[in-house]
Amino acid sequence: MWESFLEFCSWFFVTGDPLIYGAMVSIALTMVAIVFVLTKYKKWGWLWREWLTTVDHKKIGIMYLIASLLMLFRGGVDAILMRVQLAFPNLEFLHSDHYNAIFTTHGTIMILFMAMPMMFGLFNMVVPLQLGARDVAFPFLNAVSFWLFMFGAMLFNLSFVIGGSPDAGWLSYPPLSQNEFSPGPGQNFWIWGIQISGIGSLATGINFIVTILKMRAPGMKLMKMPMFSWSVFSSCIMIILAFPILTVTIALLYLDRFAGAHFFTMDGGGNPMMYLNLIWMWGHPEVYIVVVPAFGIFSEVVATFAKKKLFGYKSMVAAVMGIAILSFFTWAHHFFTMGTSASVIAFFAITTMLIAIPTGVKVFNWLFTMYRGKISFKQPMMWTIAFIPCFVVGGATGVMLSVAPADYQYHNSYFLIAHFHQVLIGGVVFGYLAGIYYWWPKLFGFKLDEKLGAWGFWLWNIGFYVCFMPQYALGFMGMTRRYYTYGWDYGWESLNLVSTVGAFLMGAGFVFQVWQILYSIKHGERDTTGDPWNGRTLEWSIPSPAPFYNFAVVPQVKETDDFWRVKEEKANGTYKEEPVHLEPIHMPKNSGLPFIMSVFWFIAGFGFVWEWVWMAAIGMIGVFLTMWARSFQYDTDYYVPVDEVRRTEASLGRVY
Amino acid sequence: MANHGNHSSHAESHGSLKSYVIGFILSIVLTVIPLVLVMNPLFSKTATYITIMIMAILQFVVQLFFFMHIREGEKPRWNVQTLILGLFIVLTIIGGSIWIMAFNV
Ligand code: HEM
Ligand SMILES: [Cu+2]
Repeated sequence: MWESFLEFCSWFFVTGDPLIYGAMVSIALTMVAIVFVLTKYKKWGWLWREWLTTVDHKKIGIMYLIASLLMLFRGGVDAILMRVQLAFPNLEFLHSDHYNAIFTTHGTIMILFMAMPMMFGLFNMVVPLQLGARDVAFPFLNAVSFWLFMFGAMLFNLSFVIGGSPDAGWLSYPPLSQNEFSPGPGQNFWIWGIQISGIGSLATGINFIVTILKMRAPGMKLMKMPMFSWSVFSSCIMIILAFPILTVTIALLYLDRFAGAHFFTMDGGGNPMMYLNLIWMWGHPEVYIVVVPAFGIFSEVVATFAKKKLFGYKSMVAAVMGIAILSFFTWAHHFFTMGTSASVIAFFAITTMLIAIPTGVKVFNWLFTMYRGKISFKQPMMWTIAFIPCFVVGGATGVMLSVAPADYQYHNSYFLIAHFHQVLIGGVVFGYLAGIYYWWPKLFGFKLDEKLGAWGFWLWNIGFYVCFMPQYALGFMGMTRRYYTYGWDYGWESLNLVSTVGAFLMGAGFVFQVWQILYSIKHGERDTTGDPWNGRTLEWSIPSPAPFYNFAVVPQVKETDDFWRVKEEKANGTYKEEPVHLEPIHMPKNSGLPFIMSVFWFIAGFGFVWEWVWMAAIGMIGVFLTMWARSFQYDTDYYVPVDEVRRTEASLGRVY
Repeated sequence: MANHGNHSSHAESHGSLKSYVIGFILSIVLTVIPLVLVMNPLFSKTATYITIMIMAILQFVVQLFFFMHIREGEKPRWNVQTLILGLFIVLTIIGGSIWIMAFNV
């Protein structure tokens, strides 16, 4: 009995690596500590009422933000481990298998469990406030999305200690990801972690499209909508068109693995290249899904900190919406080398080059907005200014890659690695950080410390170039991606060492940012006005942190940058005070169902991962039961009485 | 929240039980036919391909009418616009895949 139990454990848990034993112990200790603190301070009820059942978009946004920062930490540790392994030739720090697992989880986590939730966090924290709305269109669905993401991410991360991590690359190309070469549950963790959180992403896409189309404050025509909301609109259109492709593709991959189907196998009429074709039909739009909202953030930040209207608003809208369509026509540039016909390659090379045009338009718009503006160099603006040169170089190397004959040289070399890190770190990460610094006071009521922030900023920026510029050269010197070690005779050692130093600099930057957050919770400058940056859009017209119903009175919008108009009119005395009268506010009720439903999804996912049909069945039955329960709930909303609104506003210093 | 304050609008028809059952049965039948054709090949290869394609298109139509309620809604023009965009992307996916995966032939 004991023997067979031990045998089960050594098969079920990941064993044999001291690094992983260390991680297991620290995970167990953290869990014990969390349970202990919650019990000691009697916080379980608080946790359930205030967070686990909330449908408030601001709280959901905060949870997304926390989760994504944790994932940034995990993905960052993966990155540092890889860079240590590559610092010197012939190092034995990581075994090849372990190295494969780490680059796989690094890529998957950074895109799907770091960038996506950080983006959704920003959507949630900002869009309803910018539109003058009191919540998103479907608050319950919003909570479902969040918990699906959360449990999907947990399922994926579990593979680290249970069953073994996936190790076939962040996109799990077959035939490597088929049973033959990747037996065991690792690949299934990849499939189901993404599958479950992907359903949540799709729902978020729908939710925000409806919010933007239906919930804008009266008077806010589409062409008066703030630029960030436009970028969210574009991103969500891409989400609802691209994510179903991902869902179907990895469902087919699972059928190959679980049911012995032959969609992507080498034999039986399957074709692994079909998988590449399909996954990139999602994958290319995906990179634009994450970067376009960053463009929106830069547009808001540039206008605010240059104290000027955004230059070329209409061309910006056109560029952002154009990208949403164009991004669906370039996917084949990820497998130019597969050897299809010349006309296919020519077509996709040209569409890829075309994508650079709307991007260029935006860069010029930002520069013209800054031109002759009175720029104040606060943290959001610093990140924006750092982004521009970084992204221009990243875009230029992208255009180099799009030259198909040349791509036969660059493809899957460190040149490619440097390209996409430049656009993803310089574009997406810098952009989201700018957004977080910018909107932080609105959510939390205080600013993040400038001095610690400056340390973080410079370490990240210097570290970035030190880390990735050498990789362009290494690519030219023949270093391919996913090498786990190399010899002294290759001549790659000095550049690799430099690159590793850069990675550590960025890691130090992240440490400073965590310190900055902890420090500012106590000492950060409080925002008592609700408008700490002299902002232009509606979110700055309400107190910080925003009350749970956002707007005591729904604003009447006349112009783009409507809050700026109000401030100007007040300054020159033309502002006509309109009599406000408060009304009861219609709000959604909290619900525990999204959390419970996602727990069942997790159970089902775990069953699918281990191919335990009984467990998957239990999970899916639970999912349907919670949906059933929701269908018969009619008491889902309530009204906040005028008195309570008046009291809340008074406590925030606003008298009606 | 989208239907702020007018709960009565829930009453507007989203299809009857009958139409849902019909849609459900049709979509099952349209799924089973291709499966059977592939499991026990009755037709030639090309004929099978064509039948599967036709079933797929019919499936698409069934979904649109019985479950997506393409005919309803206060502003059908929105529906048409999104439908055109969706069709455009679907055609790109299918046409593009065939073109790319044909490898010169
Ligand atoms: C000017 C715009 C851009 C152009 C012309 C461009 C072009 C390309 C090309 C041709 C490749 C494939 C190279 C190869 O595999 O040999 C590629 C890869 C990649 N690009 Fe870009 N790109 C651009 C912008 C972006 C942006 C904005 C992002 C993300 C925010 C991005 C992320 C990536 C990623 C992640 C890969 C590699 C994925 C992999 O193989 O695992 N690119 N790019
Ligand atoms: Cu691409």
